[in-house]
Amino acid sequence: MRSVLPILTVVLAILALWYGAAVALNARWTLDQAARAGQELTLGQIVSDTLQQERPKLPAPHQVGAELWKTTGAMALEGRAFSKRSLIYHGWVTLSATLLGFAIGAGAGILLAVGIVHNRAMDRSVMPWAIASQTIPILAIAPMIIVVLNSIGITGLVPKAIISAYLSFFPVAVGMVKGLRSPDAMDLDLMKTWGARAGQVFWKLRWPSSMPYLFTSLKVAMAASLVGAIVGELPTGAIRGLGARLLAGSYYGQTVQIWSALFGAAILAALLVGLVGLAQRITLKRMGMAR
Amino acid sequence: MKTPVIKAENVDLVFQTGDGSVQALSDVSLDVGRGEFVSFIGPSGCGKTTFLRCVAALEHPTGGSLSVNGMSPDNARKERSYGYVFQAAGLYPWRTIARNIRLPLEIMGYPKAEQAARVQKVLELVDLAGFGNKFPWQLSGGMQQRASIARALAFDADILLMDEPFGALDEIVRDHLNEQLLALWARTGKTCLFVTHSIPEAVYLSTKIVVMSPRPGRIADVIDSPLPKERPLDIRDTPEFLEIAHRVREGLRAGHAYD
Repeated sequence: MRSVLPILTVVLAILALWYGAAVALNARWTLDQAARAGQELTLGQIVSDTLQQERPKLPAPHQVGAELWKTTGAMALEGRAFSKRSLIYHGWVTLSATLLGFAIGAGAGILLAVGIVHNRAMDRSVMPWAIASQTIPILAIAPMIIVVLNSIGITGLVPKAIISAYLSFFPVAVGMVKGLRSPDAMDLDLMKTWGARAGQVFWKLRWPSSMPYLFTSLKVAMAASLVGAIVGELPTGAIRGLGARLLAGSYYGQTVQIWSALFGAAILAALLVGLVGLAQRITLKRMGMAR
Repeated sequence: MKTPVIKAENVDLVFQTGDGSVQALSDVSLDVGRGEFVSFIGPSGCGKTTFLRCVAALEHPTGGSLSVNGMSPDNARKERSYGYVFQAAGLYPWRTIARNIRLPLEIMGYPKAEQAARVQKVLELVDLAGFGNKFPWQLSGGMQQRASIARALAFDADILLMDEPFGALDEIVRDHLNEQLLALWARTGKTCLFVTHSIPEAVYLSTKIVVMSPRPGRIADVIDSPLPKERPLDIRDTPEFLEIAHRVREGLRAGHAYD
């Protein structure tokens, strides 16, 4: 556990910076209030006030932590884990769209890669379009996807999942093209000398060779999926989901709520990417490729 | 005389590349009889690997005729006439040694029980019994190369094509493997075609040495070795051995342009 000390140091440094910034940014409001009331404040009073404002410019870490706990653990203890005010509920809404979008995106990315590797015409034509698709700002295209799908009666989970898939297919496609092409000429010649059919070359050589590439790109895709789901929640009128919490928070100047939703999203992303990493470890270990 | 296993008559091969055509093989004629051990030696670009790839139907001659077991190379491959061993072992890191050897058997559709029996047999043949459940990275380079030879033997091809199989190994391991390869050849009676850069290796192993020279790739000399079939490693210090080695060296020098 040699890594604990450096990590702890970095975390403490970030917290110290954060507290410093919170005091500096929130002091103006504290001083204005005091001036209006005709009070003189000591430095200690100023600092303590900047760290417990209701709508600070920058909430202090403990405020975000308290809000996170209040909207998750505390509500779960009261048996209201899935109440509409609970971050667990909103997190679940976003998570479901993320997972569906991730599944669609990863599947589409793998299929595209298989097509690109096996078909000359696709090899030449698909990649430029895939790259072009990623140069369009997702914030610009997300509302259009929502509106178009809404007009044909598809609402809720699916439009968000499609935005997720739009972001997540790309890293998978790129990674898998590289992975499926990773066997060298000698590996392929060897297959040829055994008279292997294209399907056998794929399942016995190309697919297993691509596994390390697959998992690496799945991690990127998972994070992109979450971003896509959150972005997809912004134009829907902000009803449910982490994106909705972010938007509602910014409507009402609830900075503590915004930051707790942000951290909720970050924790969710870390968990999801960690799960993919775990699947990677288990798979590669079973394949004998982990040393 | 018996019909040759491999019969090449005036084989030509011209590669079309971006800046013109390259004559890789020119007028190569050669007969290889059953059970022979033939080494191909020559500098880079002399076409020795290309010729082996033609026999394996990985390249196709643009002129002349080439037959393997009395068939076209393509048909010979379909009949599983040969096993090919490359310079790198080419074992899949996600398969154990036994499952690597099983791979061509799976592809060729052998029944499960027979697969296991064959794997066991060839593992013993290359002295790797007991290593079947290891992964390739757990084995030394020499053992990996032996496993790749076992894989080429697993489906009973009667021709073994080897393209510098020991080229990446150090001298001592190489000597050891050469000895084992001779023993294996004596036991199985396969016809072996062996590409190498090393004169001692070629002379030690072969019943016939084909000296090739580059630009265009052609045969400079064919030497039938008078050495006995039984060859201990110290045969390499005998006058007969040195005389053949000398002739090979002369052939290489004559064909080499030194430009």
